[in-house]
Amino acid sequence: MLHIKCPHCGMRSQNEFSYGGDASVKRPELNKEISDEEWDNFVYNRKSLRGKHLELWQHLSGCRQWIKVERDTATHEIFNTYKADEEIT
Amino acid sequence: MSQKFRLENGGLINRDKKLSFKFNGKSYYGYEGDTLASALIANGVHLVGRSFKYHRPRGFFGAGVDEPYAVVQLYRNNETEPNIKATEQELFEGLEAKSVNCWPSVNFDIGAINNFLKIFLPAGFYYKTFMWPKSFWYRVYEPFIRKAAGLGVASTKHDKERYEHKYEYCDLLIAGSGPSGLASAYAAAKNGARVILAEDKPRFGGSLLTSDVNIGNQSGEDWANSIISELKEMPNVIVKNRSQVFGYYDHNMLVMSEKVSDHLPKTKKHHPKQRLWYIRAKEVLISSGSIERPLVFGNNDTPGVMLSSAAKEYLKVYGVLVGKNPLVFTNNDSGYETAIEFKKNGVNPIILDSRVNPQSEIIDEAINLGIKIKFSHVVVAAQGYKKVSSADIAKISDDKKQLGTIENIKCDCICVSGFWTPTIHLASQSGNKTKFKEEIDAFVPGTSKQKETTLGAANGIFTLEETLKSSFTAGQDLSKKITNKDNKISFPNVVEKISSQHDKFWCVPLPKGKSYKRFLDFQNDVAVSDIEIALKEGYRSIEHVKRYTTLGMATDQGKTSNLNGLQLVSDIENKVVPAVGHTTFRPPYTPISIGAIVGREVGKHSKPTRKSPMHSWHEKNNAIFVDAGVWLRPRYYKQGSETLFEASKREAKNVRTNVGVCDVTTLGKIDIKGPDAAELLNRVYTNAWLKLPVGKARYGVMLREDGIVMDDGTTTRISENHYHMTTTTAQAANVLSHLEYYLQLVWPELNVNVVSTTEQWAGAAIAGPKSRKLLEKLFPNNDVSNEGLPFMGYMESDLFGVKARIFRISFSGELAYEVNVESNNGQFMWEKIIELGQEFQVQPYGTEALSTLRIEMGHVAGSELDGRTISYDTSLEGLISKKKDFIGKRSLNREAFTSSDRQKIVGVVPLDKKTSIPEGSHLVKDAQAPLPNKKLGHISASCWSVEHDNPFSLAILKDGKNMIGEKLFVMSPLKNKVIPVEIVSSHYVDPKGERVRS
Repeated sequence: MLHIKCPHCGMRSQNEFSYGGDASVKRPELNKEISDEEWDNFVYNRKSLRGKHLELWQHLSGCRQWIKVERDTATHEIFNTYKADEEIT
Repeated sequence: MSQKFRLENGGLINRDKKLSFKFNGKSYYGYEGDTLASALIANGVHLVGRSFKYHRPRGFFGAGVDEPYAVVQLYRNNETEPNIKATEQELFEGLEAKSVNCWPSVNFDIGAINNFLKIFLPAGFYYKTFMWPKSFWYRVYEPFIRKAAGLGVASTKHDKERYEHKYEYCDLLIAGSGPSGLASAYAAAKNGARVILAEDKPRFGGSLLTSDVNIGNQSGEDWANSIISELKEMPNVIVKNRSQVFGYYDHNMLVMSEKVSDHLPKTKKHHPKQRLWYIRAKEVLISSGSIERPLVFGNNDTPGVMLSSAAKEYLKVYGVLVGKNPLVFTNNDSGYETAIEFKKNGVNPIILDSRVNPQSEIIDEAINLGIKIKFSHVVVAAQGYKKVSSADIAKISDDKKQLGTIENIKCDCICVSGFWTPTIHLASQSGNKTKFKEEIDAFVPGTSKQKETTLGAANGIFTLEETLKSSFTAGQDLSKKITNKDNKISFPNVVEKISSQHDKFWCVPLPKGKSYKRFLDFQNDVAVSDIEIALKEGYRSIEHVKRYTTLGMATDQGKTSNLNGLQLVSDIENKVVPAVGHTTFRPPYTPISIGAIVGREVGKHSKPTRKSPMHSWHEKNNAIFVDAGVWLRPRYYKQGSETLFEASKREAKNVRTNVGVCDVTTLGKIDIKGPDAAELLNRVYTNAWLKLPVGKARYGVMLREDGIVMDDGTTTRISENHYHMTTTTAQAANVLSHLEYYLQLVWPELNVNVVSTTEQWAGAAIAGPKSRKLLEKLFPNNDVSNEGLPFMGYMESDLFGVKARIFRISFSGELAYEVNVESNNGQFMWEKIIELGQEFQVQPYGTEALSTLRIEMGHVAGSELDGRTISYDTSLEGLISKKKDFIGKRSLNREAFTSSDRQKIVGVVPLDKKTSIPEGSHLVKDAQAPLPNKKLGHISASCWSVEHDNPFSLAILKDGKNMIGEKLFVMSPLKNKVIPVEIVSSHYVDPKGERVRS
């Protein structure tokens, strides 16, 4: 079970969180004309990275905040966690 | 019966407490502190089971977790448990156990014929033989193999025992209480660190209980006892025996199984049988010790052949002799320690040492004691069927390839020592890449992967002094980093005997003309010849060899067999062991009961039970409940001997003719506040929301980004910047997360807050033509007329002193209202509605009637919004705004979503107007068509229409728009039904929707 540092609450067990997928995906702006390909890429297409991955988690059974977690998908090492609006360095 | 093999004195057992037990129906005695194994050996019982494949007799091989043979079926307090290791099970008064894998009895086992057919049962035999004919597999082969193979039998009864889970945090978790565990725990505890020290056996001390050593001015055992007593007194230390740390998981989380009550005849009141600990440790010290390796020779599986360390443990801990005429076969000094213990207890052992001319302190001691030693000698084969009766021995050449003349000597046990294998399982599970250490012919942990440090014998360190020194230092240094304290402990003086180098010899060659089975894996009957065949057949990867031959795959997971298997593969392949590599160590280290894994989450406790504030009223009024997610909802209220069908029809009919009341508390409710609340709703729902006036409700549908309908419900504008959203019961949690996702990540500029209020409000739906009259009684001071409170209207009111919200919304399709009060007033509201509704024939209705009402109205619910349908399919496309963008809109122009024969919701009526249509049935054009018969759609929901008094169903049907009036067939192979039906509109009752507006 992973141990995730919620930037709002501190170290918590994985079972308080739910996984939210790739955090680098940006939703296209509303009312913007975009190609089918762009839309498909947003809705369906994801890279399945091995290694460092920036991903979303929600602290569901805690502060309910969505956070960003930088995790190695192969080793589960967590390098850093960020608030939803935090600049990622 | 006397315990013929029990010594007069000695051992750590309590001789004042005699315990009686039964094995295979026969009564025996043992002492408190015995294991089942030690008590049986004390009684001279060595035949305890039959082997997995050849059904060869099985005795005891070890004295602990590594035991491959002695697994038994245990009976305790009217329960039974399979595959318990007799070497781990502590004796208690009244214990009963039976052998497994033998029929009709352990003494006479018909399956043993396999032993004589063994040349026909080589590696991969089952794979090769039972391939054809194909139909024979499940009818003949599989049942036969199942009966012949396998170990104990699992109970099919409900397990009444309690199992608990516990979560714990600590600075240092120390797995194993041998010398390294005790030293590191002591040093860390003195520095104030929070320490958990776990020992899988009942007694602490590990090898100190059986070694002839001194620490300070105490014996090893006394030193262990004094350290443990001191640790137990310290408030920062948790000391646990009977507790196996069996798994090392991510981020330094370890799981430990504590056997709280297995050693007692009966679990004490309020105690669990077992407890599973989830431990998050800052640092982990692995002090799991090492396991002695067997030597491989002919018939080395005969009862009476056992590890020399086990023989020593039976002597020193239990005061039991494994034999009175022992032969010790060793390639290192450990065998000598066992021989010396025998000698000290008046038994004359013979030592066979494969080494040419070893010299050490302990060998000198054995010589001085007059023990007979034969150097350069090996056991070629054990003789005897159910118990060792003699051994064929021979001199072996220096290159270990040639055997001299074979000589037979009498003996009643053969104690083998092939040196030591560090127990590296936990380190390996943590991700540590192990390395091969030439000096000890075994793997040891490499660089730490997580926060783990391996100590002592588990790290390949076999001298006590070095073990204690490095362990004190590790405990001190690691704790210092955490607590910033540095309590210096003076290092005790250690007295031990220094061993000479072991022999890199492990497998005795076959003498000319002999074909003895030489076993590597004792539980799964894998012999040297099986590995040879597997390699000849082209298996190379050790993982493949393992699976083909089942080497190391039994309940003992190859604790004694893995390394010898690797040595053999590397010998044949002419590689070095590290090039062959080892198979993966996976948790659990030892078998864990399913009960412990499940814990308290069984039956009703497997999920929380949520009840509405009106629950007790429902109970008192004969409600039959149904699970709706985690909620319990009344399905119907039984009157007299009514069936579900009769009751739901009555309740639904009463709504259509009079007035009914339904508990809708479970509906998801989300409070939405903020200046941008309307904008959020406008983006979330498919229809327009910016112009909804205060005091009005609106129905909305929300999509996922892929265009599929996610949920529906009404949202009401309570005040300028305040909305009350409702969701379906099932989707409540997902919708909240969905809103939070968009507010926090996608559109953080929106100034809106959302919070779940599902449990804050109790809800009652009042539905039926007489509902307004009832409402007038409930709220006499309000104008609830069609003008004062029109359809989709909202007002706040006062229900006899209780704050109430009234929504004019309808799921039943009748004139209807929903009243919400704060949860603690729910029961009051409900009772008032029932009381004042008497004159209008009010009746409560449950979910079954609720379904009937919505189905015949063609209102969609979860069975239509099933994660596969879009707005068009459920006839909700009228709610799609063309003017604005919203979540999922861009997906709606996908080709499949816009095809002209897209599926759509329809109504289905059986032609005979009698036959009920099973939900989930398929709709087909031709009932006689050959299979696979093309499916046109499926029945999503079925009811008995109370309005038309005949069955009615909803279906999602291909090209449903153009199918009204068509005749099709409903097919349910599951219920064996074929029903001719007519397709009608999904709005079976009040298609114009006049009633809700009346």
